[in-house]
Amino acid sequence: MSERAVLTVSRLSQQLAAVMEERFPAVWVEGEVSNFKVYGSGHAYFTLKDEGAQLRCVLFRTRARRVRFEPRDGLHVMAFGAVEVYAQRGEYQLVVELLEPRGVGALQLAFEQLKERLQAEGLFSPTRKRPLPRFPRKIGIVTSPSGAALRDMLRVIGRRFGEIHIVLAPARVQGDGAAAEVAQGIRELNALGGVDVVIVGRGGGSLEDLWAFNDEMLARTIAASKIPVISAVGHEVDFTIADFVADVRAATPSNAAELVVKEKRAVVESLADLSGRLRRGMVRALVLHRDRLERTRGRRVLTDPARPLRDLARRLDEARARLRRAALAAVARAERRVALADRGLRGLSPVARTLNGRRALTDLQGRLERGVHRRLDRSRHALGGAAGRLDSLSPLAVLGRGYSLTRTPEGRIVRTWREIAAGDAVRVLLHEGSLDCRVDATREHDDRPQV
Amino acid sequence: MTDLKFEDCLARLEQIVSALETGNLPLEESLKVFEEGITLARHCSRYLDDAERRIEVLVKDDTGAVATRPFVLEAEDET
Repeated sequence: MSERAVLTVSRLSQQLAAVMEERFPAVWVEGEVSNFKVYGSGHAYFTLKDEGAQLRCVLFRTRARRVRFEPRDGLHVMAFGAVEVYAQRGEYQLVVELLEPRGVGALQLAFEQLKERLQAEGLFSPTRKRPLPRFPRKIGIVTSPSGAALRDMLRVIGRRFGEIHIVLAPARVQGDGAAAEVAQGIRELNALGGVDVVIVGRGGGSLEDLWAFNDEMLARTIAASKIPVISAVGHEVDFTIADFVADVRAATPSNAAELVVKEKRAVVESLADLSGRLRRGMVRALVLHRDRLERTRGRRVLTDPARPLRDLARRLDEARARLRRAALAAVARAERRVALADRGLRGLSPVARTLNGRRALTDLQGRLERGVHRRLDRSRHALGGAAGRLDSLSPLAVLGRGYSLTRTPEGRIVRTWREIAAGDAVRVLLHEGSLDCRVDATREHDDRPQV
Repeated sequence: MTDLKFEDCLARLEQIVSALETGNLPLEESLKVFEEGITLARHCSRYLDDAERRIEVLVKDDTGAVATRPFVLEAEDET
């Protein structure tokens, strides 16, 4: 049995390290980030993993600064670096030189992440937005002195309202340090005083060109500015963090200039309009007050001061008259009631009864007398008629015409010769007086004409 | 008054005009604000007439203090 070849742990580790580091000096590894942790030193440690394996990774501070997004657990990334054996702990790890998000670009991811964070802090809140001054006297512009953006803005401002004070804070607008220069410019314009509004911007460019305006520190400087800030970065379609945090986002630098500088013509016209309205308003106020005065002066109180007194006197008189009428009416009513009551009372008294009875008696007597008289008259009248008729029928009336009535001494009327014998005494009743006679003879026949 | 910004002047002027147009102000008040309005309008007008185009650039002196000096547009060199 040959002698065993025995290696020390260190020796093996050295050999492994040599093999691995020689074999994998620079490699791209793809996986999901987990256990990402930044230590106080600034170095970051994490694990890359997939379904089958894990790989420990270290991201040193100097390298971490160059990573433009924030690595965090669950992100799918590509890491570039060298495999290194950490012999002390019997481990190997990837020393990461570059870290890029998989899928979406690193810049895009960084942008989204910063946006999300600042939004959560409320930096984009509409309530933080300040209104722009309508007529800024002094406009601060932070941009490149040689850029197209500045030319565009100056051209628009000159065209609209030439006479305006502009202060330029020169700053590089792309490349390393650009964000810091822009932020510095904003701070200096704030410090200068008298600046009414600040425009921060640059012309169009690639996402990388505009990157300075996605800087967190710049975003916080904009948010902290005491002067309202307009961001005007790139073109209409370009959105930067500065756009979200600024008080107003202009689509382009030219648009920013249009937003702050009104057309002078419009301003002059609006001022002229106000002046006109001011004068007309005053004239109307004067007319109004004069009218009020006229109306007041026209009132009777002033034209005839005694009038109200007279009116009052008249009302008093009228009231007095009404009072009197009312009182008289009341008295009359009372009198009537007293009279009625009195009469009623009197009707009930014995005296009244007697009087009434007497009156009724008198009345009855009268009626009786009148009735009797009427009856008597009627009777008298009837009697008169009857008497006439009786008179015409009376035998005595015949006597007047020469006839006579013969009666026996007994008073019996003699109608035939047979009732009498010669020698009898008869009484002959004439029209006037009578004759007592003795009958000489009776005869059956006489010489009267026969009918 | 002259320290008042153009914008404030204009805003005050608008306020005065509106108040005057309602016709609710007492006469004395009307006259008072009218006079103020006239002054404001004159001030605004003068501001518009007197305003001048001035372009300055911020510069730092040796001590680091910020100052301004007239700005001359350089030749275009950036996209």
